[in-house]
Amino acid sequence: MIARILISAAAALGVSVGAASAAEEEAHVTDYAFSFEGPFGTYDQMQLQRGLQVYTEVCASCHGLKYVAFRSLHDEGGPGLPEDQVRAYAEFYEVFDPELDDFRPARPVDHFPNSMMETAPDLSLMAKSRAGFHGPYGTGLSQLVNGMGGAEYIASLLVGYTGEQREEAGAVLYENTAFPGGWISMPPPLYGDDVVYADGAPTDLVSVSKDISAFLMWTAEPKLAARKQAGFAGVLMLTVLSVLLYLTNKRIWAPVKHPRKTPAA
Amino acid sequence: MPGIPHDHYEPRTSGEKWIHRRLPIVALLYDTIMIPTPRNLNWMWIWGIVLFFTLALQIVTGIILVMHYTPDVDLAFASVEHIMRDVNGGFMLRYLHMNGASLFFVAVYAHIFRNLYYGSYKEPREITWIIGILIYILMMATAFMGYVLPWGQMSFWGATVITGLFGAIPFVGTSLQTWLLGGPAVDNYTLTRFFSLHYLLPFLIFGLALLKVWAFHATGNNNPSGVEVRRESKAVAARDTVPFWPYFVIKDFFALAVILIVFFAVVGFMPNYLGHPDNYIEANPLVTPAHIVPEWYFLPFYAILRAFTGDVWVVIAANWITGGIIDAKFFGVLAMFGAIAVMALAPWLDTSSVRSGRYRPMFKWWFAALVVDFFVLMWCGAMPAEEPYATISLIGSAYWFFYFLVVLPLLGVMEKPIAQPATVEDDFNAHYHGGEHAKPATAAPRPAE
Repeated sequence: MIARILISAAAALGVSVGAASAAEEEAHVTDYAFSFEGPFGTYDQMQLQRGLQVYTEVCASCHGLKYVAFRSLHDEGGPGLPEDQVRAYAEFYEVFDPELDDFRPARPVDHFPNSMMETAPDLSLMAKSRAGFHGPYGTGLSQLVNGMGGAEYIASLLVGYTGEQREEAGAVLYENTAFPGGWISMPPPLYGDDVVYADGAPTDLVSVSKDISAFLMWTAEPKLAARKQAGFAGVLMLTVLSVLLYLTNKRIWAPVKHPRKTPAA
Repeated sequence: MPGIPHDHYEPRTSGEKWIHRRLPIVALLYDTIMIPTPRNLNWMWIWGIVLFFTLALQIVTGIILVMHYTPDVDLAFASVEHIMRDVNGGFMLRYLHMNGASLFFVAVYAHIFRNLYYGSYKEPREITWIIGILIYILMMATAFMGYVLPWGQMSFWGATVITGLFGAIPFVGTSLQTWLLGGPAVDNYTLTRFFSLHYLLPFLIFGLALLKVWAFHATGNNNPSGVEVRRESKAVAARDTVPFWPYFVIKDFFALAVILIVFFAVVGFMPNYLGHPDNYIEANPLVTPAHIVPEWYFLPFYAILRAFTGDVWVVIAANWITGGIIDAKFFGVLAMFGAIAVMALAPWLDTSSVRSGRYRPMFKWWFAALVVDFFVLMWCGAMPAEEPYATISLIGSAYWFFYFLVVLPLLGVMEKPIAQPATVEDDFNAHYHGGEHAKPATAAPRPAE
């Protein structure tokens, strides 16, 4: 009975949640592989640093990261920049200080600025707010293995420009195979070889797109590694507890269930 | 009905006696924990503990979240991100709280369907059942208002759609909706009152849960055989029961631990699985999401709400009879609340003298269909309002009402139940001692005491 209800519940959830956003995913999203997928996956520190570079040199001219503090660039499990580098990096940005009533260079405690352009959305949570949570493919349960799917969507979007463009109501729209509806107002931000990496990693369009996508997944879910660790600790401890409780339960009930088998002394 | 006879607390030391004369709280706790419990309870009787645990989890995580959350339209979304990024362990607190709501509803639905199958709602447990339904309604209200607090797109638009339902009520609807929202539309005054109520209602749920424990401790637990525990004497009662502690406490804790393994796996590895991505976009009254989908636990009733469109004959008839007062929208609202109301009335709609579905050969099939119906409705609720989902929703909704209003009253008259065990002890022995007691299990006369 329990098993039946649980199985059917799980099946129904998979179906219902999966179906909820199926309609949104008419557009084509490629299932790129990322290091942070699956229960054991963590962020690739070097990739996050490359992604930060792409953000700084390309995206930041329009898009903000208002929920991300500079100090978090130092975080373990994140880009892990040394503290002096974080301080130096923050100083590139100017933030408004209400106490001074003026702009001043940012400090590590400050957040990244808001978007420069009103039409450019903030990127802090982009990877969690796009493309559904269950990966581009498969049933609802694939999220456990494939991650949320937001990074795949962003990478697909960045490589998805066809080169076609059209004007509509005074705005230029660019054809994009990953964007729902097919036409996006953001001009192609990357063409390949847009940045020069210090670590010599490939700078072709797909690699750079994946780097920035990984970085944006980190900005959206900076505590991913800690969360998975907590998950493992929880599952392991509860498994041990379950075994102990199972044995205790068996022992407590034995005289009730089988009273005559071992005659009481 | 007197309680099941059992040993009561006797203060032994002078300290215990001192307390007992002034406040017999130890006696109350003792009697609660040592309550005689039918020994044949199966694994579907574990959900009460799961529900109590989840309520505690939600209250504890919720209280800590409140320390860091700001109920203001300009700050709420950012404060949730502050919890996720800056508060120590904040991401775990929030993910536990968020998924705790889902665990709560998994447990409550399993619990409700167990009650429906084993006839736990029947005489003399009607009040326990009604309190349970009230808790369920409060849970839905609490979960709905809690979902509004992060002030994401789904929060905002979900609030707009659901409070709009109250606007469909004739004459008083618009005033009622304004009263609920605190203004003409979802805004800061909505957020602050939802926050206040989201904090209040769990404590009402807790109070009702205590009342519920009181109620079913007066009647005694139902059990899978549906046969009442014998109460002639302590000795006879003890043959049907074992004390709640340690037998069922340990058993329930084991089940809880197994369920929490799954829960922690979800929280640790896919915490946003049951949420909606749009809720990571800050609420924007000017941009409507492509489709507004409620949380999974509302979907069956959401499907019933949407099933009754203007072209369904019952809706047309209702519209004509009431002179247009009941339009399609209001009919849908009535159907949604009616679906819960008919469930609440189950004790009086079910005419069968046999309590447990185990001994009702025809009932079993109708019940199984109801379970399937529930999941089909859940699936339809997640789908866009178009064919074939509209028709499936309508059939599913019709069956829901058919089960409670037609099947339950008629089956009691038409069905021929199979033989039940004479006592709980017989049922338990038939299960655990196989052959030797299996035959007397159904035929044995009551032992004379």
